[in-house]
Amino acid sequence: MAATGSSTEPEEGAAPRAARKPHEQDAAGLGARRALAFVAPGLLVVALFLVLPALWTLYLGSTDYRLTGIPAVDPQFVGVENLTDALGDDGFLNSLWLTLLFVVGSAVLGQAIGGFALAWWMRERTGPLRAVLESLVMLAWILPSSVVAFLWIAYLDRDDGTLNALLHTPGAAWLLDHPMLSLIVFNIWRGTAFSMMLYSAALGNVPRSHLETARLAGAGPLQQLRDVVFPAIRGHVLTNLLLISLWTFNDFTPFLITAGGPDGRSETLPVFIYQTALGSGQLGYGAALSFLMLLINLVVAVVYLRLLGRKRKEERVDDAPPAHARQAGAEREVDA
Amino acid sequence: MAGVPRRTALAVLGAGAVGLTGCGTPLDPREDAGGIALTVAVNAISGGKNSEEAEWISEWVIPRFVRAQRARGVDVRVDFAPSGLDDEQYKTKLALDLKARAAPDVMALDGIWLGEFAEAEYIRPLRDVVGGDFAEWPGWRQIDRRVQALARFEGRLYGIPAGTDARLLFYHKPLFRRAGLPEEWKPRSWAEILDAARRLKRLPGVVPLQINAGTPMGEATTMQGVLPLLTGAGGAVAKGDRWYGDTPALRAVLDFYRRVYRGGLGDPKLQQEAKGRDKSFAAFADGRLGILAEGDYFWRDVVAPRTGTSPMPHRDREVGYTLFPARAPGEALGGRDHVSLSGGGVHVLNPHTRHPQQAFELLTALHSAAALRAQLDGTAKITERDDVNAAVLDRDPMLRFAADDAMAVTVFRPPLAAYTEVSSALQEATAQVVSGTAPKRAAAAYGRRLQEVLGGSDRIVD
Repeated sequence: MAATGSSTEPEEGAAPRAARKPHEQDAAGLGARRALAFVAPGLLVVALFLVLPALWTLYLGSTDYRLTGIPAVDPQFVGVENLTDALGDDGFLNSLWLTLLFVVGSAVLGQAIGGFALAWWMRERTGPLRAVLESLVMLAWILPSSVVAFLWIAYLDRDDGTLNALLHTPGAAWLLDHPMLSLIVFNIWRGTAFSMMLYSAALGNVPRSHLETARLAGAGPLQQLRDVVFPAIRGHVLTNLLLISLWTFNDFTPFLITAGGPDGRSETLPVFIYQTALGSGQLGYGAALSFLMLLINLVVAVVYLRLLGRKRKEERVDDAPPAHARQAGAEREVDA
Repeated sequence: MAGVPRRTALAVLGAGAVGLTGCGTPLDPREDAGGIALTVAVNAISGGKNSEEAEWISEWVIPRFVRAQRARGVDVRVDFAPSGLDDEQYKTKLALDLKARAAPDVMALDGIWLGEFAEAEYIRPLRDVVGGDFAEWPGWRQIDRRVQALARFEGRLYGIPAGTDARLLFYHKPLFRRAGLPEEWKPRSWAEILDAARRLKRLPGVVPLQINAGTPMGEATTMQGVLPLLTGAGGAVAKGDRWYGDTPALRAVLDFYRRVYRGGLGDPKLQQEAKGRDKSFAAFADGRLGILAEGDYFWRDVVAPRTGTSPMPHRDREVGYTLFPARAPGEALGGRDHVSLSGGGVHVLNPHTRHPQQAFELLTALHSAAALRAQLDGTAKITERDDVNAAVLDRDPMLRFAADDAMAVTVFRPPLAAYTEVSSALQEATAQVVSGTAPKRAAAAYGRRLQEVLGGSDRIVD
């Protein structure tokens, strides 16, 4: 990173932002009105299925609407009470913390690093071991959630679980004593395939000549990773992190395994919202929680997209003198 | 604000209509061929939960009903919509279906959901749905007033009750023999239960006592645990339409939980497991659990020799049953020595059914004496009909005991809409005690939770 970063600094902001001719901005030559007509159907679908439900959630979240009882017929407007209640609700804060643990533990640390390690290991290998490993990892990814949940319950069960039989620890209640740890391990197992595939594709894009140059210059594996491979796949890393952290954040499979228990110790945010809105029928409060969850999703997405945008800008600048960055990298290797 | 549900319904219908026009299907394809289509739903599924009931409805009730209607020139088609869910999930599913007006025409509810469903206007009194004719069904005369009350909310009948039940203590006779306890066990106080549990504890690998606790067990915690104990300590959950908060009786109940679960007489982990109740059944059937507080459902459907979910081939010899004792003789509600708790399901009509007359006829077909006898098929159960009870209860001494001895001292849950929320607050209180909170603090927390649930203290007895 440092290698490319230093090379771009002098050029930052140097691209001429001066007035362009109108036809340059309007690449398709449609004109504003026709362009609008082109995007209108798309915008309409987005409005209908994305914006309206979000606004509807916001509205429901400001009522005491319930699934049963009198408020089901005659909900009262309560304003921001649901939101303020949520911020003081131990159950909500607890579930937020557990979700953070789940995302950082299983997605960012587990799947991203595990997926990269697998992809790196498989990069230049062929043969039966690779094929078996790849199919096993893929199998974990493609099996339906309900099947997988059943398998893991059977695996970790207290009375006749496979894990207890393997470890000779009869009666160890994994799902009750270590519910979050169990879920994190489960989710790493479940989702690593995606990171592995994405990184495999990305590693294929790292030019062999760069790696060879680095090797000839005497760079060790770690240095190659840091100075050649990582700069080349940075965009893939960010995209992967964005996707898997949002998926994990919204993942409902934990419910199938622990149902949020015991005593809410594995109640991640989606499970907590489900229990609140449908389990105990507090639809209004559940909608307010969903809105908060939507906001968190947006914040995470915006942070990643900005990082990705900055990276693209750098690439565009890098493209101008293509040899420059590489050279800088190679020089560093020599220095080291 | 009154527009909300209507708009929601519209949105749901709108989305449904989009989907349906997409496939080119009319709203109810079954009625294309002419004739009437009805759906009946209960929480039963062939090969799973309440399997026999599912088979009885689809193989006995429906064909006979269709034939009887044909004989009168009415072309009817009836579908059975099975479910095999936990009760709480089944309730959510029905509430959502009713909200979207896509619910079955006839459906089974637990009696305690009646109030909240009625307040949400998901269901309506029979008089409003069917008209005054509903009172002419001859079966009403066979249903005891106390049992009819299961289908009543604020004085009006919403459906036909589907039998009732009683709570008892079941005990494993071979384990009692090995622990040197009497095979005809009749505890007269809580202390005698704990004494027996301490004796059972000496047997290796045996959990002495299971009194349901915690939230994963849901209503089973309240019905099989808290309420029989609370009644036995002379307490109650409600008086009229007001609720009791942190009372001495509740503290005594929670202290009993403490002695069971912190004293090593029960398995605290089982109370936290998602499938804990099913596991307690399996443990009892395997001879790993000594005493279990359950409804007569346990005897009929769980350990029944051939048809149960955890069958015990020698049930009649191996399973003992006895009444729940008061905390000490004479200390139960009303100065009694023993207590029991009763509840039951109710079959109701969807107020938006397109064929209220036929739906009501289907409802009564589920409750004819012949239908109930066919359902029992040689076994016994406390049904809603006195004529059937008189004929069938003598087949099974345990159910005769439940119908006579337990029903004599039994208590029904208050028919109030807030009941389910109060019940889950009680479950939380037991969960806290099982995981180590002092009973006093858990009882105080229950008092506060009650205020949140009821939105203030006006409906709490001082």
